[in-house]
Amino acid sequence: MTAAGHRGLLARALDSDIWHSFRSSRVTVLAAAATAALILAALFAPLIAPQDPWDPGSLQLIDAFKPPVWDEQGTWRFVLGTDDQGRDMLSAIFYGLRVSLAVGFLSVLFAMAVGIALGLLAGYAGGATESVVMRVADVQLTFPTILIALMIDGVTRAVLPGEAHDRLAVAVTVFSIGISNWVHYARTVRASTLVEKRKEYVQAARVIGLHPVLIMVKHVLPNVMGPVLVIATVGLAVAVLTEATLSFLGVGVPSTQPSLGTLIRIGNNFLFSGEWWIVIFPGVALATLVLAVNLLGDWLRDALNPKLR
Amino acid sequence: MIAYIVERLIQSLLVLVAVALIAFAVFQFVGDPVASMTGQDTSAEDIARMRENLGIDKPLLVQFARFAGNVLTGNFGVSLRTVRPVDQLIAERLPATLELSFMAALFALAFAIPLGVFTGLRPRHWLSRAFLALSLVGISLPTFLIGILLILVFGVLLGWLPTFGRGDTVKVGFWSTGLLTASGWQSIVLPSITLGLFQLTLIMRLVRSEMLEVLRTDYIKFARARGLTNRAVNFGHALKNTLIPVITITGLQLGSIIAFAIITETVFQWPGMGLLFLQAVQFADIPVMSTYLLLIALLFVGINLVVDLLYYLVDPRLRAERGAMERGV
Repeated sequence: MTAAGHRGLLARALDSDIWHSFRSSRVTVLAAAATAALILAALFAPLIAPQDPWDPGSLQLIDAFKPPVWDEQGTWRFVLGTDDQGRDMLSAIFYGLRVSLAVGFLSVLFAMAVGIALGLLAGYAGGATESVVMRVADVQLTFPTILIALMIDGVTRAVLPGEAHDRLAVAVTVFSIGISNWVHYARTVRASTLVEKRKEYVQAARVIGLHPVLIMVKHVLPNVMGPVLVIATVGLAVAVLTEATLSFLGVGVPSTQPSLGTLIRIGNNFLFSGEWWIVIFPGVALATLVLAVNLLGDWLRDALNPKLR
Repeated sequence: MIAYIVERLIQSLLVLVAVALIAFAVFQFVGDPVASMTGQDTSAEDIARMRENLGIDKPLLVQFARFAGNVLTGNFGVSLRTVRPVDQLIAERLPATLELSFMAALFALAFAIPLGVFTGLRPRHWLSRAFLALSLVGISLPTFLIGILLILVFGVLLGWLPTFGRGDTVKVGFWSTGLLTASGWQSIVLPSITLGLFQLTLIMRLVRSEMLEVLRTDYIKFARARGLTNRAVNFGHALKNTLIPVITITGLQLGSIIAFAIITETVFQWPGMGLLFLQAVQFADIPVMSTYLLLIALLFVGINLVVDLLYYLVDPRLRAERGAMERGV
């Protein structure tokens, strides 16, 4: 078995249980491929998009309302058709994915940071701190995420003057989605922290007089991260969906930085005049992204759960 | 039993007070009403008098008591956007939302239970696999996209059903209902499917997994051994025992149906509370927002309480456990 120690990290990863369970599930491989493709499309949107959809100089009104390429009037220049201003839908979707994924990742990170911090604190400190944090979590959990996000958005709109709110719209959206999702992380982290803090390594760290914050962050935290990653994966799907819903309702990211949800809201105006492609293609992109990430999250949960092995 | 009910009641009350405090705080710290009523040349005495008239010179605790008193007597203030009393606005919009939510829940249950039983009884049947795959897609499709797709297919392409508004409504007392006119029924079809679809997939998956669980138990094997018909075993014994969690989840989902009605109402321009709330969010209309928050909190806490108590009544095991705990066994 000493050979295992000399092999490279990649080789070891390729021989691990997780990799085998990944390879043996065709749906998961497909979902991972779709997720990777969408993330790459978002990252490299400026390089691969045929057009810069938000540069007014590149738009020609004469190209407006072109149907997709398989329609008789479609052209290869606009594979998925164009909107009312002659904007290429494919490029708009690439750029929209960028905003959707950026807001999604940022709000997951934010929710994770708040949730982990409060969960660690509650689990490690115990007592009154614990009951206050967990009570708040319980109360928040009785309300649907979307309602809390809407509420926070409305309040920030009232607190900030109109112009400042528009400038900060993306940050406000990240904040509202993050705050409405921290509870799951906090509950999981607290539960694992309660188990970890009774273990000998934590007691040893305490005996040598380490500062509690140092023990929490350097010793307990790495050992409670497993379940957090699973929640974060599913959480990304939830965050992308919540962002799309907020933007569709007109309270998320502004139309100067359209996400997939914003594109769907704009496209919704052309539903009745027959230009269905303006709304359907962003919708398909959104649904594919969410479905793929959800499938990945499902697989990850099963793969990391030793009880199911 | 009584101790348990009292305990749950106190818990619910605490949550409501907490939400009321939040609503009050939002009211309190978002904008000073006096600042918007006065100009630069208003004298200091005038401002002080206005503060006194509005009662905002009193200590916070007194102000909160007043706020709570107002809320309890149904006085929720005046909407900043429409300059009308909030309770009037809500009373107008409430019937539309409740009818929509009720029809959505009915639609979800009517399809979810048969589908769940079928997929539970015949897990390897190709139809079951198809339903399960569809339900996963259903969970990943956002509500507004489902609404848009339904509008596109049934409203625009086929032209079968209306795609916005409630149709003709009839007043029955203070309640304006769309369920007594043909156009009202036509109008409610697409919105209630949109709203109910997510709950349908959820309840279907729940019934399926509960059925699979129950069918493995000994009492089902014994029922079969006694020579009971499949029908009696599947529906009399198995389905009956899956219903407790189904009731719980359906009850808890009622609240989220009403919350998700915000999205459905926007897609279909349904004149309900959700649309009112969304407009309030967009215009930062604080009185409407905090009233909606309070109402939803009351509803959620009420539903949670009723479900908990029902659970306790329906499941004898819970009572036994608790009884044993109290006796110190």
